[in-house]
Amino acid sequence: MAVYKKTYRPYDGELTPSWTRLLVIPRYAFAEFRGKRFLSIFFIASFIYPLICALIIYVQHNASALGLLGVQQGARNLIAINVTFFMSLLGWQSMLALFLASFIGPGQVSPDLANNALSLYLARPFSRVEYVLGKMSVLVVLMSLMTWVPGLLCFCLQGYLEGWQWMKDNPRLAAGTFFGAWIWILILALLALALSAWVKWKPAAGGLMFGVFFVAAAFGAVINQVQRTAWGHLFNIGHVVGSVWVQLFEGSNRTTNGAVFFRAPMGEDLPMWCNWMALAILCLICLYMLARKIRGAEVVR
Amino acid sequence: MDPVIELDGLEVRFGQRVILKQLKAALTGRSVGLLGPNGAGKSTLINTLLGFHKPSAGTARILGRDIRTHAREVRGLIGYMPENDAFIANMTGVHFVRLMAELAGLPAGHALERAHEAFFYVGLGEVRYRTLGTYSLGMKQAAKLAQAIAHGPKLLFLDEPTNGLDPPARVRMIQLIQEIRDRGDLHLLLSSHLLHDVEDCCDEVLILKDGNVAAFCNLEEERRANRRFLEIETRGENNGCFLEAVEKLGCETAPGAQGRIKLILPDGLEVRRLYEIAAGQNVQIRRLNHRRDSLEDIFLKAMETANGRL
Repeated sequence: MAVYKKTYRPYDGELTPSWTRLLVIPRYAFAEFRGKRFLSIFFIASFIYPLICALIIYVQHNASALGLLGVQQGARNLIAINVTFFMSLLGWQSMLALFLASFIGPGQVSPDLANNALSLYLARPFSRVEYVLGKMSVLVVLMSLMTWVPGLLCFCLQGYLEGWQWMKDNPRLAAGTFFGAWIWILILALLALALSAWVKWKPAAGGLMFGVFFVAAAFGAVINQVQRTAWGHLFNIGHVVGSVWVQLFEGSNRTTNGAVFFRAPMGEDLPMWCNWMALAILCLICLYMLARKIRGAEVVR
Repeated sequence: MDPVIELDGLEVRFGQRVILKQLKAALTGRSVGLLGPNGAGKSTLINTLLGFHKPSAGTARILGRDIRTHAREVRGLIGYMPENDAFIANMTGVHFVRLMAELAGLPAGHALERAHEAFFYVGLGEVRYRTLGTYSLGMKQAAKLAQAIAHGPKLLFLDEPTNGLDPPARVRMIQLIQEIRDRGDLHLLLSSHLLHDVEDCCDEVLILKDGNVAAFCNLEEERRANRRFLEIETRGENNGCFLEAVEKLGCETAPGAQGRIKLILPDGLEVRRLYEIAAGQNVQIRRLNHRRDSLEDIFLKAMETANGRL
């Protein structure tokens, strides 16, 4: 029917399967993301470090390229492709993911809450869980592309050039990259959405993201200094995540101190279950915050 | 006729406070008005039917589906226009309505087509590519109506649809609602403080007071019943005699101040007879009205009852 025929007519066409409605929110969010030049440039720029890593892996295995660089074959291990290499790659990319989550995360829920749009979403055959998952998926996809996807691609490139045996000897590098990134992504996504749900002003919510990481880390450091203990590290999300990463990458044979912002110096270790527990509690707090705010109608008791 | 909305002992509590108290009603009308003073539970009832609040006891059925067990299916049948501003500020009008239609289950192409149609239908065709944040209050109300009807619901919840509208915009909104109602494709539940809005658009009315059903009636039947109900204003010294003569004809009378009299005519008695009796008694009938404000009377009567329970 032509739009100029101004009349109401019922809809009797086909309906989409209910599980596909979850994908509507990320589709609109990605369309909006593409329209923001700064974020698009930032996202593309975030692949520079993985490209450099891939280049290093390639050069390490290419004798003629090493010759062109004037490096002797014996010196090919100047930059070793080992656990530190992959953890650094994950660390840098995860740091950039924090920035991306701070830029994009606050814009996910707060505009809907500020303008009471939640009642419209939830008045449809669309649940609160689907709403949160839909909003989360935007962050999860973008941060996955920044973290574990390039990490695993570099791992595959190294395995391809070094040989199957290397891959068989280093499965922890792939597993650590994949699961380590997912832990970080889940924490960031949940935290970004929870803060976005509670702080309706987008810049404030973005700033608070950094506050949670850096101010809490400073608070933990003060506790450590005053109490002469290491338990203050539980407030330092970077330290907690770093400890988990080290365990994922190296198991009990620890040789590194984490990477970049995710440092967990040897000698300041906390029991591993405490680190996992701290992350679980953080996630539960975020879920509770979301459950309180993501409602079709506010209840005034 | 199967009820559109059936309230079956529906009770909603917020903490210790009981907001809706064991509501029982079967609403069968094509358009139902929901009336009540502030805090009566109108919005809570709508929110509960939408699944935003869980009933603490009882249940409700919408077009035969239980809101407790088929909440998702129920929401698929409903279009909802909330009372307050509800939109995504940085989105254009047509994209917003398209998003909402897609979330209701329409494929992307159909959703876009329906969004355009809905915008033209509510009179916002020319501004559909403007961001919603720049819309005036009246435009936002119309956009809310567009998103509520775009997916072709079977039941439309309109919560204070004329809130904040200037008189021409209000008239336009009422006309739209009447048009939608008269097409007969969907049912309406209209919550409003404005009795005129409800009277203009609804054929049934449910009045809530303190979380109870204070009154529930069919307006059409009330109107029919009131056709024999007159209010007259008389002048003259023989008012008493006039009243006696009228009562002898079988009229029920209720005299008021300054010669005002309320009358219920018996069947078969023509109004002309009243003028004849008045002339015979040397009484002037200065004004004669058929009673029209039936809803107002029903509402006021419902508000007078002690606890609001029928």
